[in-house]
Amino acid sequence: MKLNSPLQVYKYLPQINCAECGDATCMAFAAHLIDRSKKLENCPPILKDEFKKKYIELQTLLAPEIRQVTIGIGENAKNIGGDDVIYRHQLTFFNPTAFAYDVWDTMPEQELVERVNKISNFRKFYVGKFLKVDMVAVRCVSGDPLKFAGAVKKVAETTKLPLVLCSFDPAALRAALEIVKDRRPLLYAATENNWGDVAELAQSYKVPVVLFSPDLDKLKSIGATFQEMGIKDLVLDPGTYPQGKQLKESFERFVKLRRAGIKEGQKDIAFPIMSVPLNAWLVYKDAVTASYWETVLASVFIVRYADVMILHSLEPYAMLPEVHLRDTIYTDPRTPVKVAPGVNQVGTPTKDSPVIVTTNFALTYYTVESDLSSNKINCYLASVDTDGIGVEAAVAGGQLTAAKINDTFAKANFDLKEKTSHGTLILPGLAARLQGDVEDATGLRVMIGPPDSGRIPGWMEKNWPPKQK
Amino acid sequence: MTKKIKLSELGSLFGSLDIEALEGVKIEGDVELDLGQMGLNPQMAYALGHETVQLAFHLMNISRILGYPVDQLPGAAVQQKPARLSNLIESKFSVARNEEWKTPIQEVVLGATSSDGGSRKSTVTIGGENALPYYFDSPMPHRNHITMDVFDMPINMAKAVKSNYEDVINSPAEWAKKVVRDFGADMVTIHLISTDPNIKDTSPKDAAKTVEEVLQAVDVPIVIGGSGNPEKDPAVLEKAAEVAEGERCLIASASLNLDYARIAEAAKKYNHVVLSWTQLEINAQKELNRKLMKQCGVARENIIMDPTTAALGYGLDYAYTNMERIRLAGLTGDTELNFPMSSGTTNAWGAREAWMISSPLKEDSDWGPREYRGPIWEIVTGLTLSLAGNDLFMMMSPTAVQVLKEITQTLYGLKETEQVNIDNWVSAVV
Ligand code: SF4
Repeated sequence: MKLNSPLQVYKYLPQINCAECGDATCMAFAAHLIDRSKKLENCPPILKDEFKKKYIELQTLLAPEIRQVTIGIGENAKNIGGDDVIYRHQLTFFNPTAFAYDVWDTMPEQELVERVNKISNFRKFYVGKFLKVDMVAVRCVSGDPLKFAGAVKKVAETTKLPLVLCSFDPAALRAALEIVKDRRPLLYAATENNWGDVAELAQSYKVPVVLFSPDLDKLKSIGATFQEMGIKDLVLDPGTYPQGKQLKESFERFVKLRRAGIKEGQKDIAFPIMSVPLNAWLVYKDAVTASYWETVLASVFIVRYADVMILHSLEPYAMLPEVHLRDTIYTDPRTPVKVAPGVNQVGTPTKDSPVIVTTNFALTYYTVESDLSSNKINCYLASVDTDGIGVEAAVAGGQLTAAKINDTFAKANFDLKEKTSHGTLILPGLAARLQGDVEDATGLRVMIGPPDSGRIPGWMEKNWPPKQK
Repeated sequence: MTKKIKLSELGSLFGSLDIEALEGVKIEGDVELDLGQMGLNPQMAYALGHETVQLAFHLMNISRILGYPVDQLPGAAVQQKPARLSNLIESKFSVARNEEWKTPIQEVVLGATSSDGGSRKSTVTIGGENALPYYFDSPMPHRNHITMDVFDMPINMAKAVKSNYEDVINSPAEWAKKVVRDFGADMVTIHLISTDPNIKDTSPKDAAKTVEEVLQAVDVPIVIGGSGNPEKDPAVLEKAAEVAEGERCLIASASLNLDYARIAEAAKKYNHVVLSWTQLEINAQKELNRKLMKQCGVARENIIMDPTTAALGYGLDYAYTNMERIRLAGLTGDTELNFPMSSGTTNAWGAREAWMISSPLKEDSDWGPREYRGPIWEIVTGLTLSLAGNDLFMMMSPTAVQVLKEITQTLYGLKETEQVNIDNWVSAVV
């Protein structure tokens, strides 16, 4: 965006501090616009006619450097692009890379339907939510527009996910568009050979379109031409070569495009970028090798700037790391990742099982949890609300206290005297100095565990069950 | 309705109106536009080329200003559906190199050959970068390197890894030979975990013997790792450094929660490199590096950093951004942070997705066979950090090593392969 301080934004706001936006002052709201945690539309007064001019000006000034493009409709629609920074720590990345998995028009119908269902049903639980994949890319392999349209029809009937229509033949694209013109699919692709016809399709069906050329001069030329024709919802595919020097050059093109778009403000190429890790399958035929290499390509381009990608392998060992890496890169670094506070079971605890305390910092919590579960230690694990801060810092900063620990058990209705035979709490080694306080606050026996949860198994052997008092 | 104007008359026609948009429009030749019938016909405009199209738009706007009911004209379709252009607009793409990266990363040599007082056949050099890894701004002077883990006692390993080491698990020397000979390790890390008082409490003297065995078994540079016990490690690493004198081993590690000065002293005395290890905190990394240099007098060319590797799904976001910030700080002039980096990539195996037989949650889609999940977890963890600037990878799975080498060396520019044509990927049968 073109503004970088709340004061600059404030000048355009109504300046009446009516608090309708949920902030006490227009200045506070301005700060939220700068960090993109609120939208201009959250301020009702500015939407009124008298502020129309300022609203429009501000809207332009606040627009992200990389154009945001919407694919699909309704609740399954996906936004891609919309970024303002080239490193995630500078703010955060917006709109996680959309994953489109392919199907093709020469598949037997039943296989096609199964594959589409597999794509739309994929889910992986992670930190309180499900990681999923986003789109179905239908490839025209047959060369027959009718056949292609038939496959697109079947896919559209089977899933509500957004579609990517892939063919270099404008006739095939047109046939498919006729079927799904109401679903706002992404067209793939305009090239230096077919751009005139594809442009016409993008215009008349009002759909976003990918421009494909590994030659950045040509890519920019096609982009300039489309924009001149009034087509603004563009996605750039600078080519994802699967190996060798060509792959190195592909990587460089992604970096160059994004740098030009954000750092140099080159508006005419500031569009979302597409990568095609599927190209791994052009060089590797063995499914495991190809899936591995596809995951490798996907990883490289999730980190460096792909906003949408086309993938083939539905193997869990490919999809799981892909969805996790995307989450890694797109998690907002400004908010510490937290888990819900409470008392959770690990394995199948009994009355004799230990009760272990940790923080609600997701990293700490999941580390402790996996240390326990991987060692088959059945127990209760309490996550104390420390605002997502780790044990050591939370003890020092006062977010982990005896009162907070007591509170966690009280809120969870977890009475140790009733639920356990031992009435004992185990504190993390790094919280040893809270021992006396916690004993006083809870009236329980308090033991001090090891400073690293990796050592809990060894510690348990020596210290558990606790000796009778 | 029909009003003919010649392009050459436009100037005078619009002369009285203030239309900035017309400025710079070049009109060549004399073309007759027929406003009523064909003047705004897209086909016509298409045939006339780009500049005339612009003109046609302006003309239409002017017509509206002048009171013509353009929206009802047949040509008004142009408004919703701009004309096609006949040719691509010529355009050149260019982007500048990053001028903010003025400070190179320190170059560090690991291992010493006989001419330098050691007994290694080869050495490994890392660091020296002037840009983020694989960027076009400045080529990376040295490729990434991989050091493979060897333990001084049998340990718990995921099944997918263990099968590779069952024959050597009781002999660190044989284990070291195997990773170099069979798995392409550039270096070997000997982890002296049995020295932990909670494990076997092996004495520093006995642990040092293991180090000597490994040095004799392989001729690549080695990393010497302690058990991670802050009370015991300084004594263990000191003794190990002594028996490995002159070999320029990487001593792992000095950290703020142990007697780093003693480790630094041993590294200086016996000519080794210090691994400066902190936990996901850029300021702590700065502090420790500063202490190693200023307080302990460790030379810049003898420092490598380990800012901590968290596994994919278990804090890799912190590890990635921490490394990227450290590298960017170094490149832009922070001389307390411009050192090469090392990653304990093996930590990836801590993720349950890497080793657990299936998901503990019934809502999850099938996790599939775990023997394929583990290595890719290690690969993706390492690859992500390589993009943030990590130079040296401490790894465990032979498959992961092979794939990580392939991709990092490809991005580095070492891999020559035949050209692949991707122009028709859309219709490929895969
Ligand atoms: S709603 Fe708008 S006018 Fe009212 S306080 Fe918020 S920013 Fe200011």
